Amino acid sequence: MEARIRIRNTKSILFKGVIVFLAFLITVPLIIVLLYIIKQGVTQVNWHFLTHVPAPVGESGGGISNALLGSFIMVMMSSVLAIPVGMFAGIYLSENPHTKLAYYSGLCVDILQGVPSIVVGIVIYFWLVKPLGTFSAISGSVALAIMMLPIVIRSTEQTLRLLPPSLKEAALSLGVPYHRVILKVIVPCGFAGILSGIMLSIARIIGETAPLLFTAFGNPYLSSSITKPMESLPHLIFTYATSPYDEWHNLAWGASFILLMFVLTLNIITKLITRKWNIQL
Amino acid sequence: MEHTVVSASKFNAWFGDNHVVKDVSIGIEKNQVIAVMGPSGCGKTTFLRCINRMHELIPGATAKGSLKLYDDEVYTMNPIYVRYKIGMVFQRPNPFPNLSIYDNVVAGYKLNGLKMAKADMDNIVEKSLTSAALWKEVKDSLHKKGTFLSGGQQQRLCIARAIAMEPEVILFDEPTSALDPISTSSVEQLFHELKEKYTLIIVTHNMQQAARVSDKTAFFYLGELVEFDDTKQMFTAPSDVRTQNYITGRFS
Repeated sequence: MEARIRIRNTKSILFKGVIVFLAFLITVPLIIVLLYIIKQGVTQVNWHFLTHVPAPVGESGGGISNALLGSFIMVMMSSVLAIPVGMFAGIYLSENPHTKLAYYSGLCVDILQGVPSIVVGIVIYFWLVKPLGTFSAISGSVALAIMMLPIVIRSTEQTLRLLPPSLKEAALSLGVPYHRVILKVIVPCGFAGILSGIMLSIARIIGETAPLLFTAFGNPYLSSSITKPMESLPHLIFTYATSPYDEWHNLAWGASFILLMFVLTLNIITKLITRKWNIQL
Repeated sequence: MEHTVVSASKFNAWFGDNHVVKDVSIGIEKNQVIAVMGPSGCGKTTFLRCINRMHELIPGATAKGSLKLYDDEVYTMNPIYVRYKIGMVFQRPNPFPNLSIYDNVVAGYKLNGLKMAKADMDNIVEKSLTSAALWKEVKDSLHKKGTFLSGGQQQRLCIARAIAMEPEVILFDEPTSALDPISTSSVEQLFHELKEKYTLIIVTHNMQQAARVSDKTAFFYLGELVEFDDTKQMFTAPSDVRTQNYITGRFS
Protein backbone atom coordinates (compact mmCIF):
# COMPACT_ATOMS: atom_id res chain seq x y z
CA MET A 1 0.00 0.00 0.00
CA GLU A 2 2.71 2.43 1.08
CA ALA A 3 4.68 1.66 -2.05
CA ARG A 4 1.69 2.22 -4.31
CA ILE A 5 0.99 5.58 -2.79
CA ARG A 6 4.64 6.51 -3.27
CA ILE A 7 4.49 5.50 -6.95
CA ARG A 8 1.32 7.53 -7.41
CA ASN A 9 2.91 10.54 -5.77
CA THR A 10 5.96 10.23 -7.98
CA LYS A 11 3.71 10.06 -11.05
CA SER A 12 1.87 13.17 -9.94
CA ILE A 13 5.10 15.05 -9.42
CA LEU A 14 6.41 13.91 -12.80
CA PHE A 15 3.17 14.93 -14.49
CA LYS A 16 3.24 18.33 -12.88
CA GLY A 17 6.89 18.72 -13.88
CA VAL A 18 6.06 17.99 -17.52
CA ILE A 19 3.24 20.57 -17.54
CA VAL A 20 5.42 23.25 -15.99
CA PHE A 21 8.24 22.49 -18.39
CA LEU A 22 5.99 22.68 -21.46
CA ALA A 23 4.36 25.88 -20.23
CA PHE A 24 7.82 27.35 -19.85
CA LEU A 25 8.89 26.01 -23.24
CA ILE A 26 6.11 27.78 -25.16
CA THR A 27 7.08 31.14 -23.68
CA VAL A 28 10.67 30.73 -24.87
CA PRO A 29 10.14 31.32 -28.63
CA LEU A 30 7.90 34.28 -27.84
CA ILE A 31 10.52 35.85 -25.60
CA ILE A 32 13.29 35.17 -28.11
CA VAL A 33 11.30 36.82 -30.90
CA LEU A 34 10.47 39.80 -28.70
CA LEU A 35 14.06 40.24 -27.55
CA TYR A 36 15.42 39.91 -31.07
CA ILE A 37 13.08 42.55 -32.47
CA ILE A 38 13.84 44.86 -29.58
CA LYS A 39 17.59 44.33 -30.02
CA GLN A 40 17.46 44.97 -33.76
CA GLY A 41 14.92 47.77 -33.63
CA VAL A 42 15.52 49.82 -30.54
CA THR A 43 18.83 51.27 -31.76
CA GLN A 44 17.09 52.59 -34.88
CA VAL A 45 14.48 54.54 -33.03
CA ASN A 46 15.09 58.20 -32.29
CA TRP A 47 13.34 61.49 -32.99
CA HIS A 48 14.76 61.70 -36.49
CA PHE A 49 13.47 58.20 -37.23
CA LEU A 50 9.93 59.10 -36.17
CA THR A 51 9.73 62.42 -38.00
CA HIS A 52 11.36 61.76 -41.38
CA VAL A 53 10.39 59.85 -44.47
CA PRO A 54 12.59 56.96 -45.63
CA ALA A 55 15.82 58.05 -47.25
CA PRO A 56 16.56 57.05 -50.85
CA VAL A 57 18.97 54.19 -51.51
CA GLY A 58 22.55 55.11 -50.71
CA GLU A 59 21.69 57.87 -48.28
CA SER A 60 21.89 57.18 -44.58
CA GLY A 61 19.23 58.19 -42.04
CA GLY A 62 15.60 58.48 -42.92
CA GLY A 63 12.59 57.44 -40.91
CA ILE A 64 9.08 56.09 -41.02
CA SER A 65 6.92 59.19 -40.47
CA ASN A 66 4.94 58.42 -43.64
CA ALA A 67 4.06 54.95 -42.37
CA LEU A 68 3.22 56.17 -38.86
CA LEU A 69 0.89 58.84 -40.21
CA GLY A 70 -0.60 56.43 -42.76
CA SER A 71 -1.25 53.68 -40.23
CA PHE A 72 -2.81 56.20 -37.85
CA ILE A 73 -5.13 57.68 -40.51
CA MET A 74 -6.19 54.31 -41.86
CA VAL A 75 -6.82 52.79 -38.43
CA MET A 76 -8.92 55.84 -37.51
CA MET A 77 -10.94 55.65 -40.71
CA SER A 78 -11.54 51.92 -40.43
CA SER A 79 -12.56 52.35 -36.78
CA VAL A 80 -15.08 55.00 -37.78
CA LEU A 81 -16.44 52.62 -40.39
CA ALA A 82 -16.41 49.39 -38.42
CA ILE A 83 -17.18 50.31 -34.80
CA PRO A 84 -20.72 51.70 -35.17
CA VAL A 85 -21.77 48.99 -37.61
CA GLY A 86 -20.13 46.27 -35.54
CA MET A 87 -21.61 47.49 -32.27
CA PHE A 88 -25.14 47.69 -33.61
CA ALA A 89 -24.84 44.29 -35.24
CA GLY A 90 -23.52 42.89 -31.95
CA ILE A 91 -26.42 44.48 -30.06
CA TYR A 92 -28.87 42.92 -32.50
CA LEU A 93 -27.29 39.48 -32.15
CA SER A 94 -27.33 39.59 -28.36
CA GLU A 95 -30.89 40.97 -28.20
CA ASN A 96 -32.47 38.60 -30.72
CA PRO A 97 -30.44 35.41 -30.56
CA HIS A 98 -33.22 33.14 -31.81
CA THR A 99 -34.28 34.90 -34.97
CA LYS A 100 -33.43 33.61 -38.45
CA LEU A 101 -31.63 36.85 -39.25
CA ALA A 102 -29.45 36.42 -36.16
CA TYR A 103 -28.62 32.86 -37.16
CA TYR A 104 -27.57 33.78 -40.68
CA SER A 105 -25.77 36.99 -39.80
CA GLY A 106 -23.97 35.16 -37.00
CA LEU A 107 -22.92 32.57 -39.55
CA CYS A 108 -21.70 35.34 -41.88
CA VAL A 109 -19.68 36.88 -39.05
CA ASP A 110 -17.97 33.55 -38.41
CA ILE A 111 -17.22 33.09 -42.09
CA LEU A 112 -15.97 36.66 -42.40
CA GLN A 113 -13.63 36.04 -39.50
CA GLY A 114 -12.19 33.07 -41.37
CA VAL A 115 -11.72 34.84 -44.72
CA PRO A 116 -7.99 35.21 -45.43
CA SER A 117 -7.02 38.85 -45.29
CA ILE A 118 -5.52 38.79 -48.79
CA VAL A 119 -8.92 37.75 -50.16
CA VAL A 120 -10.48 40.79 -48.50
CA GLY A 121 -7.77 42.82 -50.26
CA ILE A 122 -8.62 41.40 -53.67
CA VAL A 123 -12.34 42.00 -53.18
CA ILE A 124 -11.73 45.63 -52.25
CA TYR A 125 -9.39 45.95 -55.20
CA PHE A 126 -12.25 45.05 -57.55
CA TRP A 127 -14.91 46.96 -55.65
CA LEU A 128 -13.07 50.20 -54.92
CA VAL A 129 -9.58 50.46 -56.40
CA LYS A 130 -10.60 49.64 -59.99
CA PRO A 131 -13.73 51.84 -60.08
CA LEU A 132 -11.85 54.73 -58.44
CA GLY A 133 -8.93 54.19 -60.78
CA THR A 134 -6.24 54.52 -58.12
CA PHE A 135 -4.88 52.94 -54.98
CA SER A 136 -6.06 54.98 -52.01
CA ALA A 137 -6.16 55.18 -48.25
CA ILE A 138 -9.95 54.91 -48.47
CA SER A 139 -9.86 51.49 -50.02
CA GLY A 140 -7.19 50.39 -47.55
CA SER A 141 -9.39 51.55 -44.67
CA VAL A 142 -12.43 49.73 -46.03
CA ALA A 143 -10.40 46.52 -46.28
CA LEU A 144 -9.18 46.95 -42.69
CA ALA A 145 -12.71 47.79 -41.50
CA ILE A 146 -13.92 44.48 -42.92
CA MET A 147 -11.18 42.73 -40.97
CA MET A 148 -12.27 44.57 -37.82
CA LEU A 149 -15.99 43.91 -38.08
CA PRO A 150 -16.24 40.29 -36.90
CA ILE A 151 -14.13 40.98 -33.80
CA VAL A 152 -16.18 44.03 -32.82
CA ILE A 153 -19.47 42.22 -33.49
CA ARG A 154 -18.62 39.10 -31.52
CA SER A 155 -17.07 40.91 -28.57
CA THR A 156 -20.08 43.25 -28.30
CA GLU A 157 -22.49 40.34 -28.56
CA GLN A 158 -20.70 38.21 -26.00
CA THR A 159 -20.29 41.06 -23.53
CA LEU A 160 -23.94 42.06 -23.70
CA ARG A 161 -25.13 38.50 -23.45
CA LEU A 162 -23.41 38.16 -20.08
CA LEU A 163 -25.50 41.00 -18.62
CA PRO A 164 -28.39 39.70 -16.50
CA PRO A 165 -31.87 40.12 -18.03
CA SER A 166 -33.00 41.69 -14.75
CA LEU A 167 -31.09 44.80 -15.74
CA LYS A 168 -33.20 45.29 -18.83
CA GLU A 169 -36.39 44.55 -16.91
CA ALA A 170 -35.46 47.13 -14.28
CA ALA A 171 -35.15 49.82 -16.95
CA LEU A 172 -38.26 48.75 -18.87
CA SER A 173 -40.35 48.69 -15.70
CA LEU A 174 -39.53 52.38 -15.21
CA GLY A 175 -41.18 53.16 -18.52
CA VAL A 176 -37.91 53.64 -20.36
CA PRO A 177 -38.34 53.10 -24.12
CA TYR A 178 -36.40 50.24 -25.69
CA HIS A 179 -33.80 52.33 -27.54
CA ARG A 180 -32.92 54.17 -24.35
CA VAL A 181 -32.71 50.93 -22.41
CA ILE A 182 -30.09 49.75 -24.88
CA LEU A 183 -28.14 52.98 -25.18
CA LYS A 184 -28.32 54.18 -21.57
CA VAL A 185 -28.26 50.94 -19.60
CA ILE A 186 -27.16 47.90 -21.59
CA VAL A 187 -24.30 49.46 -23.56
CA PRO A 188 -22.85 51.44 -20.61
CA CYS A 189 -22.93 48.32 -18.42
CA GLY A 190 -21.06 46.34 -21.04
CA PHE A 191 -18.80 49.22 -22.01
CA ALA A 192 -15.56 47.73 -20.69
CA GLY A 193 -16.09 44.55 -22.68
CA ILE A 194 -17.06 46.39 -25.86
CA LEU A 195 -14.09 48.74 -25.55
CA SER A 196 -11.62 45.93 -25.01
CA GLY A 197 -13.04 44.19 -28.10
CA ILE A 198 -12.44 47.39 -30.08
CA MET A 199 -8.87 47.64 -28.76
CA LEU A 200 -8.14 44.04 -29.70
CA SER A 201 -9.57 44.56 -33.17
CA ILE A 202 -7.31 47.59 -33.64
CA ALA A 203 -4.33 45.56 -32.43
CA ARG A 204 -5.30 42.97 -35.00
CA ILE A 205 -5.60 45.25 -38.04
CA ILE A 206 -2.64 47.49 -37.27
CA GLY A 207 -0.36 44.64 -38.31
CA GLU A 208 -2.33 43.52 -41.36
CA THR A 209 -0.27 43.72 -44.54
CA ALA A 210 -2.08 41.58 -47.06
CA PRO A 211 -5.29 43.61 -47.42
CA LEU A 212 -3.21 46.77 -47.95
CA LEU A 213 -0.94 45.41 -50.69
CA PHE A 214 -3.30 46.29 -53.50
CA THR A 215 -5.61 48.75 -51.78
CA ALA A 216 -3.58 51.44 -50.00
CA PHE A 217 -0.50 50.21 -51.83
CA GLY A 218 2.16 52.30 -50.12
CA ASN A 219 3.80 55.65 -50.60
CA PRO A 220 7.42 56.67 -49.97
CA TYR A 221 6.38 60.27 -49.29
CA LEU A 222 4.45 61.82 -46.44
CA SER A 223 0.83 61.98 -47.56
CA SER A 224 -2.36 62.66 -45.68
CA SER A 225 -4.66 62.61 -48.70
CA ILE A 226 -7.13 59.78 -48.32
CA THR A 227 -7.73 59.54 -52.04
CA LYS A 228 -4.06 58.82 -52.76
CA PRO A 229 -1.91 55.79 -52.00
CA MET A 230 -0.75 55.70 -48.40
CA GLU A 231 2.07 53.99 -46.55
CA SER A 232 1.47 51.90 -43.44
CA LEU A 233 3.77 50.27 -40.89
CA PRO A 234 3.30 46.64 -41.93
CA HIS A 235 3.55 47.53 -45.62
CA LEU A 236 6.73 49.51 -45.02
CA ILE A 237 8.21 46.57 -43.16
CA PHE A 238 7.27 44.28 -46.03
CA THR A 239 8.78 46.51 -48.71
CA TYR A 240 11.95 47.43 -46.91
CA ALA A 241 12.67 44.02 -45.40
CA THR A 242 12.51 42.40 -48.84
CA SER A 243 14.86 45.00 -50.35
CA PRO A 244 18.55 44.20 -50.86
CA TYR A 245 19.87 47.21 -48.90
CA ASP A 246 21.14 47.05 -45.32
CA GLU A 247 19.97 50.54 -44.45
CA TRP A 248 16.47 49.69 -45.57
CA HIS A 249 16.62 46.53 -43.46
CA ASN A 250 17.42 48.67 -40.43
CA LEU A 251 14.43 50.85 -41.24
CA ALA A 252 12.22 47.76 -41.32
CA TRP A 253 13.60 46.61 -37.95
CA GLY A 254 12.86 49.99 -36.41
CA ALA A 255 9.35 49.94 -37.82
CA SER A 256 8.83 46.39 -36.52
CA PHE A 257 9.87 47.54 -33.09
CA ILE A 258 7.40 50.45 -33.16
CA LEU A 259 4.60 48.19 -34.39
CA LEU A 260 5.37 45.65 -31.69
CA MET A 261 5.34 48.29 -28.96
CA PHE A 262 2.04 49.61 -30.26
CA VAL A 263 0.36 46.21 -30.22
CA LEU A 264 1.82 45.45 -26.80
CA THR A 265 0.54 48.75 -25.40
CA LEU A 266 -2.94 48.14 -26.84
CA ASN A 267 -3.04 44.71 -25.23
CA ILE A 268 -1.92 46.04 -21.86
CA ILE A 269 -4.49 48.86 -22.01
CA THR A 270 -7.17 46.28 -22.82
CA LYS A 271 -6.19 44.24 -19.77
CA LEU A 272 -6.29 47.34 -17.59
CA ILE A 273 -9.69 48.38 -18.92
CA THR A 274 -11.26 45.02 -18.22
CA ARG A 275 -9.76 44.98 -14.75
CA LYS A 276 -10.50 48.57 -13.69
CA TRP A 277 -13.73 49.47 -15.43
CA ASN A 278 -15.44 46.17 -15.21
CA ILE A 279 -18.77 46.76 -13.54
CA GLN A 280 -19.55 44.57 -10.56
CA LEU A 281 -22.94 43.05 -11.12
CA MET B 1 -66.74 49.30 -5.94
CA GLU B 2 -65.48 52.80 -5.41
CA HIS B 3 -61.78 53.65 -5.58
CA THR B 4 -60.97 50.64 -7.68
CA VAL B 5 -57.48 51.15 -9.07
CA VAL B 6 -56.78 47.95 -10.94
CA SER B 7 -59.54 45.71 -12.21
CA ALA B 8 -59.49 42.65 -14.40
CA SER B 9 -62.37 40.82 -15.94
CA LYS B 10 -62.06 37.55 -17.79
CA PHE B 11 -58.37 38.14 -18.17
CA ASN B 12 -56.22 35.43 -19.77
CA ALA B 13 -52.52 35.07 -20.47
CA TRP B 14 -50.49 32.54 -22.39
CA PHE B 15 -46.90 31.50 -23.00
CA GLY B 16 -47.20 30.10 -26.49
CA ASP B 17 -49.85 27.36 -26.09
CA ASN B 18 -49.50 27.25 -22.35
CA HIS B 19 -52.57 28.87 -20.79
CA VAL B 20 -51.15 30.26 -17.55
CA VAL B 21 -53.75 32.79 -16.40
CA LYS B 22 -57.37 31.71 -16.83
CA ASP B 23 -60.39 34.01 -16.76
CA VAL B 24 -59.21 36.07 -13.84
CA SER B 25 -61.59 38.74 -12.58
CA ILE B 26 -60.55 40.93 -9.69
CA GLY B 27 -60.96 44.47 -8.39
CA ILE B 28 -58.19 46.04 -6.37
CA GLU B 29 -58.95 49.07 -4.24
CA LYS B 30 -56.83 52.08 -3.56
CA ASN B 31 -54.36 52.21 -0.67
CA GLN B 32 -54.49 48.56 0.11
CA VAL B 33 -51.88 45.86 0.28
CA ILE B 34 -52.90 42.89 -1.80
CA ALA B 35 -51.05 39.62 -1.40
CA VAL B 36 -51.12 37.21 -4.30
CA MET B 37 -50.23 33.71 -3.24
CA GLY B 38 -50.35 30.21 -4.61
CA PRO B 39 -48.15 27.26 -5.42
CA SER B 40 -45.32 27.51 -7.96
CA GLY B 41 -46.49 27.75 -11.55
CA CYS B 42 -49.99 28.94 -10.63
CA GLY B 43 -49.73 32.05 -12.79
CA LYS B 44 -49.45 34.61 -9.99
CA THR B 45 -46.23 36.18 -11.25
CA THR B 46 -47.49 36.12 -14.83
CA PHE B 47 -50.67 37.92 -13.75
CA LEU B 48 -48.57 40.50 -11.92
CA ARG B 49 -46.38 41.06 -14.96
CA CYS B 50 -49.47 41.54 -17.12
CA ILE B 51 -50.57 44.48 -15.00
CA ASN B 52 -47.63 46.64 -16.11
CA ARG B 53 -47.31 44.84 -19.44
CA MET B 54 -43.95 43.25 -18.72
CA HIS B 55 -45.44 39.87 -19.64
CA GLU B 56 -45.50 40.64 -23.36
CA LEU B 57 -41.74 41.21 -23.42
CA ILE B 58 -41.17 37.47 -23.31
CA PRO B 59 -41.22 36.01 -26.84
CA GLY B 60 -44.43 34.09 -27.46
CA ALA B 61 -46.28 35.61 -24.53
CA THR B 62 -49.83 36.83 -25.18
CA ALA B 63 -52.74 38.16 -23.15
CA LYS B 64 -56.46 38.68 -23.72
CA GLY B 65 -59.34 40.11 -21.76
CA SER B 66 -59.98 43.30 -19.90
CA LEU B 67 -57.45 44.78 -17.50
CA LYS B 68 -58.02 48.34 -16.35
CA LEU B 69 -56.10 51.01 -14.51
CA TYR B 70 -58.96 53.17 -13.19
CA ASP B 71 -61.13 53.48 -16.33
CA ASP B 72 -58.41 52.99 -18.90
CA GLU B 73 -57.81 49.70 -20.61
CA VAL B 74 -54.17 48.82 -19.90
CA TYR B 75 -53.77 46.90 -23.14
CA THR B 76 -54.73 49.85 -25.32
CA MET B 77 -52.55 52.31 -23.43
CA ASN B 78 -48.95 52.96 -24.42
CA PRO B 79 -46.92 50.40 -22.42
CA ILE B 80 -44.40 53.09 -21.55
CA TYR B 81 -47.12 55.19 -19.93
CA VAL B 82 -48.50 52.10 -18.15
CA ARG B 83 -45.08 51.47 -16.62
CA TYR B 84 -44.82 55.10 -15.48
CA LYS B 85 -48.06 54.64 -13.61
CA ILE B 86 -47.42 51.13 -12.32
CA GLY B 87 -44.01 50.62 -10.76
CA MET B 88 -42.38 47.28 -10.16
CA VAL B 89 -39.94 45.73 -7.71
CA PHE B 90 -38.38 42.43 -8.67
CA GLN B 91 -37.48 39.21 -6.96
CA ARG B 92 -33.78 39.97 -6.92
CA PRO B 93 -32.57 43.48 -6.18
CA ASN B 94 -31.50 44.94 -9.51
CA PRO B 95 -30.06 48.43 -9.07
CA PHE B 96 -28.25 49.74 -12.14
CA PRO B 97 -24.62 48.77 -11.55
CA ASN B 98 -23.30 51.66 -13.62
CA LEU B 99 -25.18 54.32 -11.64
CA SER B 100 -24.66 55.86 -8.19
CA ILE B 101 -27.25 55.48 -5.43
CA TYR B 102 -28.48 58.99 -6.24
CA ASP B 103 -28.78 58.28 -9.96
CA ASN B 104 -30.46 54.96 -9.28
CA VAL B 105 -33.27 56.69 -7.42
CA VAL B 106 -33.91 59.16 -10.22
CA ALA B 107 -33.14 56.61 -12.94
CA GLY B 108 -36.74 56.76 -14.14
CA TYR B 109 -36.27 60.44 -14.94
CA LYS B 110 -32.67 60.36 -16.11
CA LEU B 111 -32.99 57.33 -18.38
CA ASN B 112 -36.08 58.87 -19.93
CA GLY B 113 -34.16 62.07 -20.58
CA LEU B 114 -36.52 64.21 -18.51
CA LYS B 115 -34.76 67.43 -17.54
CA MET B 116 -35.21 68.69 -14.04
CA ALA B 117 -33.69 71.32 -11.75
CA LYS B 118 -30.99 69.99 -9.44
CA ALA B 119 -32.93 71.07 -6.34
CA ASP B 120 -36.07 69.23 -7.46
CA MET B 121 -34.02 66.15 -8.12
CA ASP B 122 -32.32 66.34 -4.71
CA ASN B 123 -35.77 66.65 -3.23
CA ILE B 124 -37.09 63.57 -5.02
CA VAL B 125 -34.03 61.55 -4.00
CA GLU B 126 -34.38 62.47 -0.34
CA LYS B 127 -38.13 61.93 -0.27
CA SER B 128 -37.97 58.59 -2.05
CA LEU B 129 -35.11 57.26 0.02
CA THR B 130 -36.86 58.39 3.20
CA SER B 131 -40.05 56.62 2.13
CA ALA B 132 -38.01 53.51 1.43
CA ALA B 133 -36.42 53.78 4.91
CA LEU B 134 -32.97 54.03 3.40
CA TRP B 135 -32.15 57.72 3.66
CA LYS B 136 -30.40 57.56 7.04
CA GLU B 137 -28.18 54.72 5.95
CA VAL B 138 -27.04 56.14 2.62
CA LYS B 139 -27.26 59.94 2.90
CA ASP B 140 -23.47 60.21 3.21
CA SER B 141 -22.69 57.86 0.35
CA LEU B 142 -25.19 58.96 -2.28
CA HIS B 143 -22.52 59.03 -4.94
CA LYS B 144 -21.25 55.53 -4.39
CA LYS B 145 -22.41 52.83 -6.75
CA GLY B 146 -25.76 51.22 -5.97
CA THR B 147 -24.24 47.76 -5.99
CA PHE B 148 -22.06 48.80 -3.04
CA LEU B 149 -25.05 48.31 -0.72
CA SER B 150 -26.13 45.08 0.98
CA GLY B 151 -28.88 42.95 -0.56
CA GLY B 152 -31.62 44.32 1.69
CA GLN B 153 -30.47 47.89 1.12
CA GLN B 154 -30.37 47.28 -2.62
CA GLN B 155 -33.95 46.06 -2.54
CA ARG B 156 -35.03 49.18 -0.65
CA LEU B 157 -33.09 51.23 -3.22
CA CYS B 158 -35.16 49.51 -5.92
CA ILE B 159 -38.31 50.40 -3.97
CA ALA B 160 -37.12 54.03 -3.76
CA ARG B 161 -36.54 53.95 -7.52
CA ALA B 162 -40.12 52.83 -8.06
CA ILE B 163 -41.52 55.40 -5.59
CA ALA B 164 -39.58 58.24 -7.22
CA MET B 165 -41.81 57.97 -10.29
CA GLU B 166 -44.90 58.62 -8.11
CA PRO B 167 -46.80 55.65 -9.51
CA GLU B 168 -50.40 54.72 -8.70
CA VAL B 169 -49.61 51.10 -8.05
CA ILE B 170 -46.40 49.27 -7.12
CA LEU B 171 -46.06 45.61 -8.03
CA PHE B 172 -43.76 43.41 -5.97
CA ASP B 173 -42.67 40.09 -7.41
CA GLU B 174 -41.59 38.01 -4.40
CA PRO B 175 -39.62 41.00 -3.14
CA THR B 176 -38.09 39.31 -0.11
CA SER B 177 -37.30 35.84 -1.42
CA ALA B 178 -33.65 36.77 -2.01
CA LEU B 179 -33.26 38.55 1.33
CA ASP B 180 -32.24 37.51 4.83
CA PRO B 181 -34.82 37.61 7.69
CA ILE B 182 -33.75 41.01 9.01
CA SER B 183 -33.89 42.67 5.59
CA THR B 184 -37.18 40.90 5.00
CA SER B 185 -38.77 42.38 8.10
CA SER B 186 -37.54 45.87 7.22
CA VAL B 187 -39.09 45.56 3.75
CA GLU B 188 -42.32 44.22 5.25
CA GLN B 189 -42.51 47.17 7.61
CA LEU B 190 -42.22 49.44 4.61
CA PHE B 191 -45.38 48.00 3.09
CA HIS B 192 -47.46 49.38 5.95
CA GLU B 193 -46.08 52.87 5.41
CA LEU B 194 -46.22 52.75 1.63
CA LYS B 195 -49.92 51.90 1.46
CA GLU B 196 -50.72 55.35 2.80
CA LYS B 197 -49.83 56.68 -0.63
CA TYR B 198 -49.80 53.77 -3.01
CA THR B 199 -51.61 50.58 -3.81
CA LEU B 200 -49.34 47.57 -3.40
CA ILE B 201 -49.72 44.20 -5.07
CA ILE B 202 -47.31 41.64 -3.67
CA VAL B 203 -46.71 38.20 -5.07
CA THR B 204 -45.41 35.92 -2.36
CA HIS B 205 -44.59 32.30 -1.79
CA ASN B 206 -44.70 32.82 1.89
CA MET B 207 -48.12 32.45 3.54
CA GLN B 208 -46.96 33.97 6.81
CA GLN B 209 -45.82 37.01 4.88
CA ALA B 210 -49.18 37.29 3.14
CA ALA B 211 -50.90 37.06 6.52
CA ARG B 212 -48.57 39.63 8.09
CA VAL B 213 -48.59 42.37 5.51
CA SER B 214 -51.75 42.29 3.42
CA ASP B 215 -55.26 43.64 3.73
CA LYS B 216 -56.61 41.30 1.12
CA THR B 217 -55.29 38.09 -0.30
CA ALA B 218 -55.80 36.50 -3.69
CA PHE B 219 -55.24 32.78 -4.00
CA PHE B 220 -54.23 31.48 -7.43
CA TYR B 221 -54.28 27.82 -8.31
CA LEU B 222 -53.50 26.35 -11.75
CA GLY B 223 -54.00 29.72 -13.39
CA GLU B 224 -57.37 30.42 -11.82
CA LEU B 225 -58.18 32.97 -9.17
CA VAL B 226 -59.73 30.64 -6.62
CA GLU B 227 -60.49 33.11 -3.89
CA PHE B 228 -60.07 36.81 -3.22
CA ASP B 229 -61.05 38.06 0.20
CA ASP B 230 -59.96 39.90 3.31
CA THR B 231 -56.74 38.32 4.52
CA LYS B 232 -58.15 37.57 7.96
CA GLN B 233 -61.19 35.94 6.51
CA MET B 234 -59.16 33.85 4.12
CA PHE B 235 -56.74 32.58 6.72
CA THR B 236 -59.40 31.79 9.30
CA ALA B 237 -62.37 30.67 7.25
CA PRO B 238 -61.58 30.15 3.56
CA SER B 239 -64.63 29.50 1.46
CA ASP B 240 -63.00 27.28 -1.13
CA VAL B 241 -61.71 23.84 -0.26
CA ARG B 242 -58.59 24.35 -2.41
CA THR B 243 -57.65 27.45 -0.43
CA GLN B 244 -58.18 25.54 2.76
CA ASN B 245 -55.97 22.69 1.55
CA TYR B 246 -53.24 25.11 0.55
CA ILE B 247 -53.32 27.05 3.79
CA THR B 248 -53.28 23.92 5.89
CA GLY B 249 -50.34 22.62 3.89
CA ARG B 250 -52.00 19.68 2.12
CA PHE B 251 -50.16 20.72 -1.04
CA SER B 252 -47.68 23.39 -1.90
